[in-house]
Formats: sequence, C-alpha cells, structure tokens
Amino acid sequence: MSAIARNPTINDILKGISDPEIPVLSIMDMGIVREIIENGKKLTISITPTYSGCPAMDTIRDDIKKALAEAGFEATVKLVLTPAWTTDWITENGRKELAAYGIAPPLDPAADKKALLHEKRIVKCPHCGSINTTLVSQFGSTACKALFKCEDCLEPFDYFKCL
Amino acid sequence: MTNKIYQYLLFIGDNTMILGHRLSELCGHGPSLETDIALTNISLDLFGQTRNYFQLAATLSKEDKTEDDIAFLRMEHEYRNVLLVEQPNRDFAYVIGRQFLYDCYHFLLLHELVNSNDEHIAAIAQKSLKEVTYHLDFSSEWIKRLGAGTDESHEKMQNAINYLYPYTGELPEETPIELEMKELGIGADLPAMKTDYYNRVHEVLKEATLDIPETNWFQSGGKKGVHSEHMGYILTQLQYMQRAYPNMSW
Ligand SMILES: [Zn+2]
Repeated sequence: MSAIARNPTINDILKGISDPEIPVLSIMDMGIVREIIENGKKLTISITPTYSGCPAMDTIRDDIKKALAEAGFEATVKLVLTPAWTTDWITENGRKELAAYGIAPPLDPAADKKALLHEKRIVKCPHCGSINTTLVSQFGSTACKALFKCEDCLEPFDYFKCL
Repeated sequence: MTNKIYQYLLFIGDNTMILGHRLSELCGHGPSLETDIALTNISLDLFGQTRNYFQLAATLSKEDKTEDDIAFLRMEHEYRNVLLVEQPNRDFAYVIGRQFLYDCYHFLLLHELVNSNDEHIAAIAQKSLKEVTYHLDFSSEWIKRLGAGTDESHEKMQNAINYLYPYTGELPEETPIELEMKELGIGADLPAMKTDYYNRVHEVLKEATLDIPETNWFQSGGKKGVHSEHMGYILTQLQYMQRAYPNMSW
C-alpha cells in the first residue's frame, strides 16, 4: 500500500500518475509512494523503485512534480531504497486492473519462491482464465515481468513476477 | 573512513557495471528472443545496482565526484572489478558460464551485505538480492540445460567452464580494504564464503553432468587494477561519450 495524504486532492492527483510501461497501474496502486509530508503547498514525496534499474523512475518523478505543480503544489520527490519494494504492496484494485489489461497479477511471494525451487506455480491466463499455463522465460518485456504461455488458448502473456 | 567506504563500493559496483556492460553487448544479438530479453534485463538490473552504489560513493567522494565521473572517468588501473566479469562473449556457453560463476558469488555476497552496519549498503543489498535470486535461477537452469543437453552443447558448456573456472579464485580473495570493511562489520567476509561458493557451483555442475575442472592455478589481478587485455576495449566503448564530449548528460 502506498502512503496516503491528508489532503484528498493530492491523493487524486497521484492516482492519475502511472508507470509509463504499465499505464493501467497508478503509482498509488503500485505501492511505490512511501511517504507524503505535507506542509501547506510544499510537499515532500518519497518513492521507491520497483527494480534497481527501473528506467521509469525519472519519468515518474517528473510526472509527479509536474502534475502537482499544475494544482499549485511545490513537490520535492525523494528516492528511497529501504524497505525494498515488494509486489505485496500492489493493491487489490491494482491487481484487478493488471488482469483486465492482460498481465497476470503477482501471486503471493511463497508461490514464486516455490517456483524458484522448481515446484509448479499456478498462474492464471488473463485471456481465458485457464490454469494450464507454462513459463517460457523468467524475464519478459520489462524487468518486472516473466513470459508465460497458455496451453489452452495458446496465447502468450506477461506475468508480473513476485519480488 | 568515508574514503575507505568509497573504495569498498568500487569493488562491488565495478563488478556489476562491467558484467552489465558485457551483457548489454548482447542486446539484439542474443541466440533467441527470450534469452536476448533475459540477458538484457539482467544487464539493466546490474546497471541499476551500479547506479545505487556509485550514487552512494559520490556522496562520500572528497572531490565532489558525480556517479558519472566514477563510472566513466577513471583509468583502467583504477577499476576494481574481477577478471571474470570482463571475459568476452565468445559464445552463449561462455556468457552463461560467466554469469553463473558470478551470480553464485553475487548471491552469497549480497546475503552478507544485507546485514552490513552501513544502512545504505544494507538497503542496496536488500533490493539487489531479490533481483539476483532470479539471475542465479536463470543461469543455473541454462548450465543444466546445456550441460545435460546434446553432445555438442555439453562439449561447449564444458569448454566454457574449463576456461572460466580459473578466474573464480579471485572472488573470495580479500584485499586490505575488504578486510578492514569486514572487521568494521560494513563489508562481507569473503574468505568465509569460499566453501559455500564452491559447494554451490559444484552441485549445479554435477547436476548438469559437467566435470569440475581440476586446477590449482587461479588467475587474479583485477581487484588490484591489473586487468586482462579485454578491459581496455571495454573502457574504450564504455567511456567514449564522456571522453569525446566531457560533461555531457541526457
Ligand atoms: Zn488462455
């Protein structure tokens, strides 16, 4: 879960900002907003990267500043590393949005840990709902996704892997 | 003291940077779409980690260096990476062999660093460890697939392991800076990792039906700044923009 501001206007603005690589998921649903310090119109917002090399962080930082500036706020955006982001922080709403967009949402971390030890992990196909799916590659179109294939509808799909 | 932590960060960050650079050379050249994407994703993770280390190092720098200065404006003998990571991409077996031999070490190193007394190093390690767990899984699986695959893939994988194995001796070697950082509880205990490292490596090699190279001879030098002939070529490409257009930025 992301941090929530006391001023609802700020929350609404932040909900309108998304990771450019996963446009359906707002940064609030992604759980990367770790702290919002409000001092009238001056704000200090801490965000945490999903992956160390996430190329979207600079864009997200600029988008936050710009969107808040348009509403008269002056925001300083800080990058924090600890505690490290986990897919557990993606909200229930975020998971629904991901599935609707065609990306299988992360399972609980225990399932991925088991899969790393080569026990079967059950990932549901976001297209047809089948659980008859196989891992094609641990690394997908971006660092946060793995590539799967559905054995029933034969469509490939991305799985947002647990971190 | 801050200068010594700065030096220590180079030992870690130079490895992730040079290995990340080697993998970036495969962008668009991977043997298949999936492996190309996987290797470049791993490269991206390593560059992200490198930036975290160098950004931290920049705050400790006496001469107001930036992360880019640290990455791009040092001379060859000032880089502290091990020889293993600078070895070239001769073929896919070499890429996987190098990755696996480094991932095993990297995984154990980060396991130690999450308990560092330095909260910044611990935070970077905590973040990186999650990523490196996937790297190690990827490279271990490929070692097994190639080793226990066809006669040809087995032979190529064995050749790569035989060639790269003598470079692993440098990984647990401890320099004076690393010793001091260990004693302060900031750095990892490298000699203590050695047994665990080789146990893990050998376990995967055995499962891959590969022979464990029998050698008493190990090559080292990178940590002291004495690099192989490949390093100069890497730096020529890596540093080109900053050398040709000093202080350029995106
Ligand atoms: Zn399906």
